[in-house]
Amino acid sequence: MKQKTKILSLTVAMLAMIASATGHAQEVVSTESAKPEVIQLAAVVSGANVFNRNLKKQKAFNPPPSEDGIHDTENEATYSLQAPLEAYQGLPTTTFGNRVDWVKAIDQGALKPRWDRVDPNEEPFVMDLDIVRPVNASMPDVVFPHRQHTEWLFCSNCHPAIFIPQKGANQISMSAILLGQKCGVCHGKVSFPIETKTCKKCHSKPKPADWKPPLSEASVKNPWK
Amino acid sequence: MSLKTKHRLVWKSLFMGMLVYMGTLGMPQPAQAEYADVVINNYADAAGMRPAVFPHWFHRIRFRCKVCHADLGFKFKAGGNKITMAKIIEGKFCGACHNGEVAWSVENCAMCHSGIPGTPTHFHGSTVQRLIAPAYKPLSKPAAQKKPVSQKK
Repeated sequence: MKQKTKILSLTVAMLAMIASATGHAQEVVSTESAKPEVIQLAAVVSGANVFNRNLKKQKAFNPPPSEDGIHDTENEATYSLQAPLEAYQGLPTTTFGNRVDWVKAIDQGALKPRWDRVDPNEEPFVMDLDIVRPVNASMPDVVFPHRQHTEWLFCSNCHPAIFIPQKGANQISMSAILLGQKCGVCHGKVSFPIETKTCKKCHSKPKPADWKPPLSEASVKNPWK
Repeated sequence: MSLKTKHRLVWKSLFMGMLVYMGTLGMPQPAQAEYADVVINNYADAAGMRPAVFPHWFHRIRFRCKVCHADLGFKFKAGGNKITMAKIIEGKFCGACHNGEVAWSVENCAMCHSGIPGTPTHFHGSTVQRLIAPAYKPLSKPAAQKKPVSQKK
């Protein structure tokens, strides 16, 4: 008998815990049952970690518009929109972003997007110039390849508003990029995202074998030495 | 430990597991939209339309970034272009192609205006959005705008 009451009280406690954890979802149902979708989105649009929990791995990728959580399922035209996976047939894949390697797709000729709005024969103005940016920390140096960028973009897209075309004139940091400036204007939004999987795409030039971390200013200019 | 209590323990843990599973199922699921999809809701909600959804991937297959971002003058900012239907019909922004010549024309309202009402302007899958808690208005506001009756309460 004692055991049974113990179990009962435990289950009640568990239920209460779950109720508090899913309080948001329950509130949605109770307060505005007429428009549950609208309220749910408040928590859903941003992926910021609301609770202190591990980030969940996404199970399915490239869902069709009707299942992606931002298209209205009550809209008839949603069902006539093309599903991404259908369009990605035959394109090289990656493990991040759209899970399509867009640059490789152009290089392989699997994709031939227009360079001009109406003229399908116009060729892009490609410039093959690699810029090496030394990194102070132990992270490999950054190599910026102009070729891959000029396949897609025009000079005026980046210069001079985002990057001043002059050596040493641009201060770039990962925090600026993550906050959507400099490279982050595109990377992390449309072009490949900034994840642990993609660090080495930019930080690609290994440090020389005899590399040592630079001394701090205090130790270099030490007057007591 | 007797066999009886062992059985009880097994059942108890099974029951608890079930409860936790049911609980997590009830949690709101995050949107799984395609990377780089943009929801544009500058004026749509206030005008009683669904917000417009711009699929970057669809356009990327057909055009290079340069066409829209250099030639047509789209800024690199979600909601930063202040696109209105009047501008589109004049042939600016989306209207440069969506004119019935390069792509289908503006009569197909619901093809673009297909977002869930009340979704704020945002960039799906953006790093900034993943790192920073939302700074945009709470979603109860646009819903209240639609129903002036509930605002009076």
